[in-house]
Order: sequence, then C-alpha cells, then structure tokens
Amino acid sequence: MPANTTMTPWDRVTVARHPQRPRALDFVGDLCDDFIELHGDRQLSDDRALIGGVATFRGRSIMVLGNQKGRNTRENLERNFGMARPQGYRKALRLMRHAEKFRLPLINFIDIPGADPGPTSEEHGQAMAIADNIHALADLEVPTIAIVIGEGGSGGALALGVADRVLMLENSVYTVASPEASASILWKDATQAPAAAAAMRITAPELLDFELIDAIIAESPPAHEDTAKAIAATGDAIEQHLSELEDVLAGEYGLQTLLDLRYQKYRKIGRWQETSKP
Amino acid sequence: MREIFRRQPKFRPTSGGDDGRLQVPDDLWVKCPKCQELSYTKEHLRALRVCHRCGYHYRIPAIDRIAMLADEDSFTEWDNELRTADPLGFRVGDESYQDKAVSTASKAGIPEAVVSGLLAIGGRPLAVVVTDFAFMGASMGSVYGEKLTRACERAVEREIPLLTVSCSGGARMQEGLFSLLQMAKTTTALTRLGHARLPHFSLLTDPCYGGVTASYATVADVVMAEPGARIGFAGPRVIEQVTRQKLPEGFQTAEFLLEHGLIDTVVPRGDLLTTLAILIDFYQNARNPRPARETAPAELAHSTANGTSDAG
Ligand SMILES: [Zn+2]
Repeated sequence: MPANTTMTPWDRVTVARHPQRPRALDFVGDLCDDFIELHGDRQLSDDRALIGGVATFRGRSIMVLGNQKGRNTRENLERNFGMARPQGYRKALRLMRHAEKFRLPLINFIDIPGADPGPTSEEHGQAMAIADNIHALADLEVPTIAIVIGEGGSGGALALGVADRVLMLENSVYTVASPEASASILWKDATQAPAAAAAMRITAPELLDFELIDAIIAESPPAHEDTAKAIAATGDAIEQHLSELEDVLAGEYGLQTLLDLRYQKYRKIGRWQETSKP
Repeated sequence: MREIFRRQPKFRPTSGGDDGRLQVPDDLWVKCPKCQELSYTKEHLRALRVCHRCGYHYRIPAIDRIAMLADEDSFTEWDNELRTADPLGFRVGDESYQDKAVSTASKAGIPEAVVSGLLAIGGRPLAVVVTDFAFMGASMGSVYGEKLTRACERAVEREIPLLTVSCSGGARMQEGLFSLLQMAKTTTALTRLGHARLPHFSLLTDPCYGGVTASYATVADVVMAEPGARIGFAGPRVIEQVTRQKLPEGFQTAEFLLEHGLIDTVVPRGDLLTTLAILIDFYQNARNPRPARETAPAELAHSTANGTSDAG
C-alpha cells in the first residue's frame, strides 16, 4: 500500500465519506448467502439507518448488524444519512439477544457519522439506547467482530463497536467527535477540520499503534475504486478472526475465556500517570 | 469543617463562580443563578445549596457531595494519585493538553474530574464515584475511566453497592478515541458488579451529556436525577443547529426524562441520603437477609458540606 502512505488524515476522511464507498449491505450481499433482513424494534418503528439479519457466511450461520448510509439524496433521506435512532439501537439489541439465543457469531459493520441528534431521538432516549447496547455487548455470549468500514462516529458507532475483535478498513476513520465538531469545539473554528483530523489521531494506522483496534484491512486501491477487492479482503479478515474466536470457544471453559478476554481487552484501555501516593 | 477536609486541605471547596458554583464560603450572601434570590450563606448551606425560593439545585463540587452523604470520618479516598497523561501529544495553538490539565487542576483544586472512594451512610458501606464539573467540564478521559473501573472492582471485592454521581460535558476530546472507549471500559466493568448481584445506583446531576449519559450512568439498576438537572445525549446547541428551532422550555430536564420513561425517579437533594439508605438496605436484604443497620433511614440527616456543627 505505498500509495496510501502519502494520504493525510483529512484525505482519509474524504475517502471514508466517499459516496461510492461500499455500504454495509454491499458487504453483506457479497460476503453472505441467504441474508434475511429482520426489521423493527417491536416498540416504535423500523430504523432504516441500522440494518440487521441472519445470514450464512462461508458456511457459518451468523447475525449481521450494520449502519446503512445511502448513495444519493433519495437513499440518504430514507437512511437518515446513516444516523441511527433509538429504535435502530433497540432493534440491534433485540437481534443481539437473538444471536445469543441461537449462538450466532455477531458481525457488525460500522459506518455512521454519528447517532441521530434530533429532539425526537432525545425524547426516545438516544443516550439510554446506546448505553444499553454497549452494556449488552460487554458480555454477550457469542463471538463478536466489529468492522469500521467508513466513518466510526462517536457513541453512535460504539453502540455496535464493543467486540472481541475491532477491525478497520485502511481508509476508514474512528472518531470521538467528527473533525468538524472537534475543530469548532477545540479550535473554535470549523474550518480547522483538517488540522483536527490530524491532531485527533483518527486513522486506522494510528489507532492500531495505540492498540485501540486489533487489525487493519488493506485497501489497495481505496474501496470505492475496487469495491470487490476491498470486500473480499474484509471477508478474509472476518474468517481469520472468527476462526480464532471459535478456537477460544472450543477450548475448556471456552465461553468464560472468551468473556474474560473481552473484559481484559477493555479493562486496559487508557493512558494515565501515577504520582507517588500522598 | 468535616474531618476529610482537614486531612486533605487541597480538597477545600473551590470558589470558581462561572457556572453557579458557590461564590462563598467567605461571602455572607449567595445569589441564586436562576431566580436571583439572595440567601444567607449559612441558611443556604443548611439547605444543601438548594434555593429556598425556586428550588434550584446549585452545582456542587464532588467533595461537597461526598461530605453531604458520608458519615463523619467515614470517607477514604481511592486512587488520588492518578493523573492525566497525554496519549495523543495533543495541543491547540500554544497550549498542550498536559499544560491545560495542570493549570485546570490548580484552578479547580482537584487533580482530575472524578473523586472516588469508600464511605458509609448510617454505617452502610458504599463505593462512590463523583464527578466534578470544575475539572474540564467533568469530561470522561482515561483517569475518569480507570478510577470508575477500580471502584467497580473494589465494590465487587468488598461486596458493597456502587453509587455514581455524574455531571459531564461528555468526552475528553483531547484524548481522542481513548476517551470514547472509556464508555466501553466503564460499562464493561459494571458487568462484574451485575454478575455479583450488587446494585449500581446512579444519580444524574446538572448538566449530564454525551458519553457519560450514553454509557455507565444510565445502565444503572436505579437511575435517579436531581430536580431540574439537564440530561441528554446531544447538547441543546447541537440540536438547535440541526433543527434550526428553539427547543421548548423544560426540554431535557430531569422531569422531562421522567415523563418520557427514561429514568427511574427524581430525588431532591434533601431526600438523597434517606433514599440511598433505603435502597442499600433493600438490595442487601434481597441478597442476604440480615437485621437492620445502626441508623434507620428515616433518622438520617444530610450534613451540610461546610460543617455539621454550625447550629447557629
Ligand atoms: Zn432560586
């Protein structure tokens, strides 16, 4: 991937948001057989910005969840620009429990600018819906893999992003706040977004260095230029990591080991200093 | 002044006045930021810093909250030696994150946005984690996450409940994804408490937004809020930018959340101690029935943060 080493963080943001970049349903369509989409949260509605369903992946029965962006204005209006609402997260939670019941590994495709920030989503408990999903994923009793395929936008991404393995496509980004929001909050100037993109360390290679993600899926060329190749590489990465997790599960005390490893993975995240005790 | 403050003089209540925090202790009067009513300071402290006219609950420093709850001399602080690191090498203009953290700590009088420890309520031991808005808007960074995680683990070891009292502006942006992932870390830590069937009580205080509301603070077994506290995922300014409309009066208040089914109860500050004592006894009894503790819930009284002995 020598071509990509010259890309700035802002270049990657642009690529991660490219309208022709493959979407969650493109990955599912190419990688899975017999996908049956399962709709609705059983309370309010069906959120089209977050899709889920059962599928067969290289011989295995799995559950997939994904943030779904559109490709044009009409699709984006239908998909709310990929910004999930509480009813989307509650559908996801329902399907996580479904996965647990039937021992289906969970594969989550993350591509979200941020959770929907509208007043109706607040009324419906956006924060609580996200929190419940993080809580459920923390000790969900199946192997879990999350893949950032485009934008990993803040808490809205983390609601699908707590997993045994967190992978990123090479040109995806994963942010605590979008570069534009970071720039307006910290630089008091939204036009500083490219500088913020660099300072916030949002690219896959930087996050791998920090050990905040587990692996990078190469894009050569960028996924919108050769979609089939990027998706196939993603499939191989899923298969590799899923096999490793299945091996853990097959061992003695397999499920407990899987959950302990997940606990330890999150337990150690953070950097601090310790002064001498007073 | 209670014993904990005498032993740890750096924890004296601060006098930063930007956000409705107390301008005293030295002033004779305080002015309510909501209704402008003046209160005599001693009365104000005895009322637990709640406006006697409009009921406004002043924002209070973490140590004052702890002092209001803890039995005399019962508080032991945990992990006070943890300090912010600078994982991203972050700077805006001339100021590095490290410099900002150090100058904030000296201004706010606390080393980080969280104070945690062990205290007792009428003899009932409780692990507590309390945030302080004066330290970078109580944003959640690595120290915050680690202190909360350790408090969960110690609560499990000691088989005691956990109380979190949270206000927060959201993520500690300067720590980038390290900050976001504290949501996962803290929520994951809570699963151990849950597996041990130990309760987590969460009190949301003004203002509580972003990653804190969207993680550990709202997955508690009992989610409480102080009257009037503003609580949400997106802040009002962000929402107004999206909708280009003014938000209605009372949007995102504790009472609004209660009406929309998003929290369990609204607890006025004066009722918190009794409510906690009842809850602790209830879940303790559910785990392992045993006789009542030394002080019945109804006999407990909040102490004022600045002293229990100022009877006149
Ligand atoms: Zn007032």
